[in-house]
Amino acid sequence: MATKPTLAPSTDATISRRGFFMKLGILFNGLAASVLAVPIVGFLFSSITRGRANGYLSWVPLGKVSEFPEGETRLATFRNPYVMPTDGKTADTACWVRRIAAEQFQVFAVNCAHLGCPVRWFPQSGLFMCPCHGGAYYRDGSRASGPPERGLFEYPYKVENGLVTIQAGELPTPGAAIVALTGEKPPCAS
Amino acid sequence: MCIMIRQIGEWFDRRLQLAAPVREMAEHPVPRNTASWWYVFGSAALTVFVLQIVTGILLALVYVPSGAEAWSSLQSLNHAVTLGWFIRAMHGWGSNFMVAIVMIHMVQVFLFGAYKFPRELTWIVGVFLLLMTLGMAFSGQVLRFDQDAYWGLGIGASIASRVPILGPAIVKLMLGGPIIAGATLSRFFTLHVFVIPGLLIGFVCLHLLMVLKLGINEWPMPGRVVKRATYINDYHELTKKDGAPFVPYAVWKDMFFAAFIILAVAACAFYFGPFGPTGRPDPTIIQTVPKPDYFFLWLYALLSLLPPSLETPALLIGPVVVIAGLLLLPFLSGEGEKSWKRRPIAVLTVLLIAITLGTFTHLAGYTPWSPHMNAWSGDPVPDRYIHHSTALERQGALVFQVKQCRNCHSLGERGGQRGPSLDTVAVRLTQDQLIRQVIQGGGNMPAYGKNLSPAETTALVAFLESLHPKGQAPARDASRDVALSDEKQAGAKP
Repeated sequence: MATKPTLAPSTDATISRRGFFMKLGILFNGLAASVLAVPIVGFLFSSITRGRANGYLSWVPLGKVSEFPEGETRLATFRNPYVMPTDGKTADTACWVRRIAAEQFQVFAVNCAHLGCPVRWFPQSGLFMCPCHGGAYYRDGSRASGPPERGLFEYPYKVENGLVTIQAGELPTPGAAIVALTGEKPPCAS
Repeated sequence: MCIMIRQIGEWFDRRLQLAAPVREMAEHPVPRNTASWWYVFGSAALTVFVLQIVTGILLALVYVPSGAEAWSSLQSLNHAVTLGWFIRAMHGWGSNFMVAIVMIHMVQVFLFGAYKFPRELTWIVGVFLLLMTLGMAFSGQVLRFDQDAYWGLGIGASIASRVPILGPAIVKLMLGGPIIAGATLSRFFTLHVFVIPGLLIGFVCLHLLMVLKLGINEWPMPGRVVKRATYINDYHELTKKDGAPFVPYAVWKDMFFAAFIILAVAACAFYFGPFGPTGRPDPTIIQTVPKPDYFFLWLYALLSLLPPSLETPALLIGPVVVIAGLLLLPFLSGEGEKSWKRRPIAVLTVLLIAITLGTFTHLAGYTPWSPHMNAWSGDPVPDRYIHHSTALERQGALVFQVKQCRNCHSLGERGGQRGPSLDTVAVRLTQDQLIRQVIQGGGNMPAYGKNLSPAETTALVAFLESLHPKGQAPARDASRDVALSDEKQAGAKP
């Protein structure tokens, strides 16, 4: 009578057929997971990767030069160049346009350099004031007082065919690409 | 009838086999003195969580997670859908109650030493539950997609952007794009409705499982010290000697408190109504004063009061230290006294944190650090300050208002509180000091030199010099007369 071959208990040296297939199964699933991980990670981080090489920034017209009187600072609005159909009003953005001389401008983000609340312009005292934590800036955007550690963020601008055009597309925060373009303002007013 | 119900029950139990373990769970013995009103906060937190799930599902029947439509869908919930306002109010008040109850539960567990051996992991899971509750609170505030939500996200993005190197990437990941817009709302909706609740349910189950397996913390007695070697035996002896089945011996207090909390949430919802939404999330409307919800007000105050140089380190390192401290607590003091009567430092820590958070929350209620944007045009100069004044002083009062000084300086207790009140400023500063302060600024005041003509400065300082109490002379530089008379003499000589 032939004895059935009993399954040898797997030791360090030997490996059973079932144990081998289980390990192979784990490996196979690991392979499937890593194949799947590529599109998942790519999808999840797509909002970052697109932003590389100023992918979000483009030139946006704000209005005719004549709409901004010399020596004054006016609020202008523009539609963000990168929009999705569900953005609604949130893709509209405001900025402060200061016309210094004929074609010399400064275009400030409304976002306070402290934590991003919208600053308001007071022409009488020549100050921008923030309602959140009390930051204040002079008319040239430099820091006047309060918690901000720097001046207002500025958009790069150019005047083309009589239109004031700015390079925009990102929420201005201390690390944003838009800020890297214009750089830091000196902290002193004069 | 009864027989039929029993038969149906038995049919199910033969397949599910849950009756015996459930009964065992319900009747597990607990130390008699834990049947206390101090032990009801955990079950109350669970009750409010279930309430949040139910009201949340109801809200999702109408709410539209779209940047363009979320705000209007909340308006229809408030005004058009029958009782939509009440469900919104229940969900909003439920979140306030949940944060509060979770905090109270945590303080009670801390003061009763319940985090000590062998319940370390129960505490750690609890810390994660607290973080998730706060995450739900913040993401819920975002879903109320109004002006506060919009600018609140901006603040979140500004904080995230301060992370070295990775900052900009984290901001884009958080916002789902380059700006706060539709994609941002969609991702916070996903967090608030799928990710965090899923994790919460899993962690709540773990938390409860450990409470059942390890037993509820016994009432702490001064002198009864926790030792790893003996605690488990001691606890079993205690429940054997002085134990009672959880149901019904202790459970009735939990049930009463749960019902009370639900009624309290409903009463608040009924009386105070839903939270917002405030203005439409339109970033071109900048006439707004964004404020976070109640449980983050302390953070709002902290961000105004920290010195600028400390802000980024405090924002980035602070949370890590606090969370690490909470997670390490059961390992740092896993044994020893449980009773708060023998743990003075624990009691003082709780008091210190409570007073700090309370003070910051109170300050954030009236934001003394923010300029009052409309004070210059809205708050009148008290008549007593211009009653017997000269034309120059009155002109100065006009300059004072028109140049928005009032936005930061109060007169007669009206106006901003960012700078000192100026009711008696003439007693504190001499004429020269006033001129210097106005023109050059300093001490957190902007310099007004470029925005005031010499005539305006003269008038303004004349007005400020008139601000002193009756019978108290304005401050004057004692050397001034001498210096001026010397000058005159010098001028007269040649």
